[in-house]
Amino acid sequence: MTDTSPGSATAAGSAAAWTPSLRELERRAVRRRLRRRSLLVASGLVVLVLLALGVAITSSPGWPNVKELFFSWEHAKAVFPDVLDGFWLNVRLFLICEVVILVLGLLVALARVARSPWLAPVRVLAVVYTDLLRGIPTLLLVLMLGFGMPALGLQGVPISGTFWAGVALVLSYSAYVAEVFRAGIDSVHPSQVASAQALGLSRPQALRFVVVPQAVRRVVPPLLNDFVSLQKDTALVSAVAVFDAVFAARDYAAYNFNYTPYVVVAAFFVVLTVPLARFTDWLQRRWLARERAGQL
Amino acid sequence: MSALLEVRGLRKTYGDRLVLDSVDLDVRAHDVVCLIGSSGSGKSTLLRCLDLLEDVDDGTITLGGVEISDPLVDPREVRKRVGMVFQAYNLFPHLSVLDNCTLAPRRVHGDSRAAAEERALGLLDQFGLAEHARKHPDRLSGGQQQRVALVRALCTGPDLLLLDEITAALDPELVGEVLTIVRDLAAAGTTMVLATHEMAFARDVATKVCFLHQGRILEQGPPDQLFTAPREDRTRQFLARVLPTAG
Ligand SMILES: Nc1ncnc2c1ncn2[C@@H]1O[C@H](COP(=O)(O)OP(=O)(O)OP(=O)(O)O)[C@@H](O)[C@H]1O
Ligand SMILES: [Mg+2]
Repeated sequence: MTDTSPGSATAAGSAAAWTPSLRELERRAVRRRLRRRSLLVASGLVVLVLLALGVAITSSPGWPNVKELFFSWEHAKAVFPDVLDGFWLNVRLFLICEVVILVLGLLVALARVARSPWLAPVRVLAVVYTDLLRGIPTLLLVLMLGFGMPALGLQGVPISGTFWAGVALVLSYSAYVAEVFRAGIDSVHPSQVASAQALGLSRPQALRFVVVPQAVRRVVPPLLNDFVSLQKDTALVSAVAVFDAVFAARDYAAYNFNYTPYVVVAAFFVVLTVPLARFTDWLQRRWLARERAGQL
Repeated sequence: MSALLEVRGLRKTYGDRLVLDSVDLDVRAHDVVCLIGSSGSGKSTLLRCLDLLEDVDDGTITLGGVEISDPLVDPREVRKRVGMVFQAYNLFPHLSVLDNCTLAPRRVHGDSRAAAEERALGLLDQFGLAEHARKHPDRLSGGQQQRVALVRALCTGPDLLLLDEITAALDPELVGEVLTIVRDLAAAGTTMVLATHEMAFARDVATKVCFLHQGRILEQGPPDQLFTAPREDRTRQFLARVLPTAG
């Protein structure tokens, strides 16, 4: 089986024109076969499970009713433009909130890990903020700010319900995101701070250049989780009569006694989420490939 | 006598970079093989290939008569027989010293907790670590951590021990402490392949020394021959650099 290559290891040369040995070719064939087999098993199982689910659902007694109520092509077509308009609002809300939440969340997390005595009041404030805001259901926050702030009638305070609903989302999610960041910062080994400080970096510098970059990479998956959740929770603004996708769908559904619009909106949200998830997966893999190559 | 470990024509590349090139190596039971060579010559990569941590690009590795470079061989079965210790200790920080040592015996070899702990405590005691058994690794000094890593590898009773520059991160005082243990293991007949920069130590314990240069074993032989009368110029230059006083 083993093709014993001739004699001593000291013989130089023969390196330039290397051709894989028979054994290696055989091994590659085996590896290929193993890969193909696991691919086959994986795809076979997926198809099987999907088929079984499909059959189970479509053969249930109430299926024709459900199909008419939830999956009507005519209603889907009719509601599509309104939902699309509304959804654009959800997307904008999401994009703007996301950026603000990232910044605010990181600032709150940094305030919580700060050591400087001058920052003690900020630290207390940050703790109170996260404890309080994580405790309040997001829907309540949206209702309170969305109806309450405009009603105050203060000079210079925006009266748009959309604006205040967005603020509510930002406040609520920043508290979550701050905790995610803090967990990431805490997970970086103290020896990293020690070696940064040994290079003469101050503690804030060590955080800024060494700890936070590592922490951010670690928390990308849980952050994505929060953002997917945020995308969906932009639907909560419909509670304060903002004309978003869900509001449009509910409007249509109430008027036509058909729930297809909800399915359409759900599809919109899924279509928005999946590329984001794939993108972060890709980003994460690239970081790992660069940093972990053969490292022990 | 047939070899415990037989390497033939081993080749390993990272992308375009050729890291190991037609490496041949025989390790018989109770051998202590020292890999020497300058930084980047491929010592760590060779050890990683031997432990199947890397897929090789050509050549064969045979352990106890079975070709383990075969893709159909389960690497876990191989690693039950082979212990490896890394330069950076790689202890698990969330487990106590004792739990680090009993993890594999209990989860992989199916030993009972009592049996695994008894064995681990015995070895820890032998290596002067008994008082640290309940501590977490971060609390120990570098030398102590490296000794724990050695004990962890020994707890499964491996046929072959792979040691990758296990003293490179230690200060000279601690180097002695770890090398004494390796010397004891060698005297007890443990089969080892170790990459090292400690020439005096290699000369002392090795039954065979291999000089690696740019991914090839340029020269191998018993330490007396290789250190005093190297055949290759490259070996002589390397030795002149690392042993300024030696002739
Ligand atoms: N994952 C990797 N990707 C690309 N190149 C690598 C990788 N791992 C090692 N190398 C390269 O392979 C070569 C051999 O590395 P290796 O770690 O085996 O050297 P070494 O002999 O152990 O050196 P040292 O004495 O410094 O530990 C080096 O030139 C290194 O750059
Ligand atoms: Mg190395």
